[in-house]
Amino acid sequence: MAESRRTYDKAAYEAHLVELENKSVYLLREAYANFKELCMLWSIGKDSTVMLWLARKAFYGHVPFPLVHVDTHFKIPEMIEYRDRLAREWRIDMIYGENRAALDAKETFPDGRLNHIECCRKLKTEGLAHTLAGDWPRYRMNHDTGRYEVDSNTEPYTGVIVGVRADEEGSRSKERYFSPRDKNNDWDVGDQPPEFWGQYKTDFAPGTHVRIHPLLDWTELDIWEYIRRESIPVVSLYFDQGNGTRYRSLGCAPCTTPVESDAKNLDDIIEELRTGKFSNIAERSGREQDKEDGGGLEELRKDGYM
Amino acid sequence: MNIVIVGHVDHGKSTVIGRLLADTDSLPQGKLEQVREMCRRNSKPFEYAFLLDALKDERSQGITIDVARCFFKTAKRDYLIIDAPGHIEFLKNMITGASRAEAALLVIDANEGVRENSRRHGYMLKMLGIKQVAVLVNKMDLADYSEEVFGSIESEYRSFLEEIGIQAKSFIPVSAMQGDNIAAQSSEMTWYTGRTVLEELDNFEERESEADNLPFRMPVQDVYRFTSSGDDRRIIAGTVESGKLKVGDECVFYPSGKHTHVATFEHFGAGKAPEEIKTDMAAGFTMTEQIYIRRGEICCISGEKTPNVGTSFVASVFWLGLSPMVKDKKYLLKIGAAKVSCRLKEIISTLDASTLDRGKKDKIDRHDVAECIIECSKPVAFDLTSEMPKTSRFVLVDDYEISGGGIITAEIEKTGIPDVARDLAIRRNEKWEISSISSERRAKRFGQQPGIVIITGYQYIGKKAIAKELERELWDAGRQVYFLGIGNLLYGVAGEIKVEGEIPARYEHIRRLGEVANIMMDSGMLLLVTCAEFTENDMEVLEATVDTEHIHTVWLGDKVTTDIEPELIISDASDRGATAARIRNFMAERGLIFI
Repeated sequence: MAESRRTYDKAAYEAHLVELENKSVYLLREAYANFKELCMLWSIGKDSTVMLWLARKAFYGHVPFPLVHVDTHFKIPEMIEYRDRLAREWRIDMIYGENRAALDAKETFPDGRLNHIECCRKLKTEGLAHTLAGDWPRYRMNHDTGRYEVDSNTEPYTGVIVGVRADEEGSRSKERYFSPRDKNNDWDVGDQPPEFWGQYKTDFAPGTHVRIHPLLDWTELDIWEYIRRESIPVVSLYFDQGNGTRYRSLGCAPCTTPVESDAKNLDDIIEELRTGKFSNIAERSGREQDKEDGGGLEELRKDGYM
Repeated sequence: MNIVIVGHVDHGKSTVIGRLLADTDSLPQGKLEQVREMCRRNSKPFEYAFLLDALKDERSQGITIDVARCFFKTAKRDYLIIDAPGHIEFLKNMITGASRAEAALLVIDANEGVRENSRRHGYMLKMLGIKQVAVLVNKMDLADYSEEVFGSIESEYRSFLEEIGIQAKSFIPVSAMQGDNIAAQSSEMTWYTGRTVLEELDNFEERESEADNLPFRMPVQDVYRFTSSGDDRRIIAGTVESGKLKVGDECVFYPSGKHTHVATFEHFGAGKAPEEIKTDMAAGFTMTEQIYIRRGEICCISGEKTPNVGTSFVASVFWLGLSPMVKDKKYLLKIGAAKVSCRLKEIISTLDASTLDRGKKDKIDRHDVAECIIECSKPVAFDLTSEMPKTSRFVLVDDYEISGGGIITAEIEKTGIPDVARDLAIRRNEKWEISSISSERRAKRFGQQPGIVIITGYQYIGKKAIAKELERELWDAGRQVYFLGIGNLLYGVAGEIKVEGEIPARYEHIRRLGEVANIMMDSGMLLLVTCAEFTENDMEVLEATVDTEHIHTVWLGDKVTTDIEPELIISDASDRGATAARIRNFMAERGLIFI
């Protein structure tokens, strides 16, 4: 294994990235052509930011659909600053949603009332479901003032682009590129539509929606290599700022712990993933909700979690 | 490189993958120990397959139901291994997995030998177009590592593959459980001197570069114009299926036959715009002459072999739907970026892919393969599988679900009047002299889009008088409008057609009306045409000559007495002025006239 990494072939890897990019662009264009009420979920993390970049690639500098962020209000503050800065710079149609009721009632893990999984279910799964359905308020950035205002569009989104990767954990490895969700946002993993010859599920019954996964074939390493190749701006939290730690995966502040690493730039991170100490350690190992029981994330995902 | 593992249920596919991951040191730290520990606690013998059972419901069933992916690498390259289920119930998942792969490993149990799904999967690989296949004869440890057992399976399965037209790259005797011939040469089977599985993987060819040498094909995924964001580029976007296209090349779009030249390739992000695009590239280009085309056309190069254009063809179809594919039901057909409705016209023969037995049924059952004739509601552009497999492939949608797939094997001789009209229109478009004034500039100056409004309905209801009233009103409002009387064509443009009142003559009149209308609309005009009791057949001929989006239909009378579906029905047309006003509003709603 160590030997194989030494013989890493730059040209072959570049061809691999180009192949991934072409596929993702194709999927994004299929999504745009087939879904009238389309949006892209942006978690602010590196994956969905690469996906946003790929959208600008597919549509030649434009992002012709809104970006939706489910704000738990426990995100690390840099994440929100970065979100709004990029939204302004790239003229993104930026929308966020939230679970106001749960936040007001302090039904959260940081408030001590819920465990990790229950908190994710409230703030993320429920917040997401109602934001997508349009029955809870959505807040849209007004580019003239830079502030968020209640969005008058309450149409449910029928196409939702999500940046999950098959290599992240077990359940995501079974995903389709175009993955239907029923009226309750449920994912029927046992009966998924066939996908072949570049043809996907683009026809759907009223009340259901389709998740689109342009990053399914990407690995964590691919993401970082691509960020370097394209000079995509990512949140500084991914880099060691001098205290010997950095975030490998971003989430809510109370439930995401940084990893020990002195990777200060993209080259360091890539080196670390390719040959260093993270080459065999799961990326989400710093995320608490995955640990609660064996199938924690899978259970969340069946209910509509990303 | 993407590799799929297929084969009959329980022949050991997951074990092969588990072993590949373990032997190439591709598992997350501690994973192997964790699974061993789990087995010990549950008093189950450890199996490499457990490594893949990431999902709870799969663990309980003990069989792979869906496509799972895992990543590993060799000294040569990175692999994505796709585990496809072997149970017949999950054939659609097997197809999903296999279609993502560039090569396949087909696993056969040495003890059970060639089984139903060993053959079915082989056949599906052929239909899906996967050419690189290696066959692993697994569980050799349970067959005493016998050369004879291996030899007899090899000869049986090799002849099956040859019958369906697949040349296996190799046959490898393995024991995934014991690790024989997976990553390392087996000490138990010294009689085998060929490659190990890992060596065979590295021996597969990366990419079929032969597609670059075929005629150019790029389904138009979309035409982008983000004017509201201050971007005036009109970009034809798509992913190349085959061939190469350069700046300056003349491209022709089918089924319309419209043509233009490539002005620039567009690009965003690192690097620069390509000079040339080729197979598998997701690309976009601007045009020298602005023509109006939409998603669903296929971009080709002028002078290269053209695709077939037609509404009917012969195809090999495999069916995955729970309810069978039957005649005279409407399905959706998706080919390239085009989507049209279609029906199963005729079944020539059906085939059991696990035995290759042919039969004849009047429907296509789940998991059947059938040779049949498909008829589409609108013309599509396609190639034949023997010449250009990628652009011969389509899927069938039944009740929102992709329920079947097919490859087009032959075209059908075209004799119908709409077919002839369409072929003439394609030739006309191929040779069309493009005006130096774009249709957009004309639309802007005239405050209108070109279009043809067919005012039809009962005889003697006063269609002509209403149309002329409407013509005057639109003219007074500054529109470029013309009442085009069919009678004006009969003695001149169609003057040599002698048999009046007969059906073929009526269609030919409509075709010529369409051709005249096409020229007038190219000059930006709005046309008003009246015709008694316009039918769907009339419409088909008109649509063969004029872009569908330019045609609008209005029915006058309280009951539609023909089979057309008019966009506007005015049941009480007794007030001439009011009727004209309603048609005028309708035209504004449809964006034909700008207010």
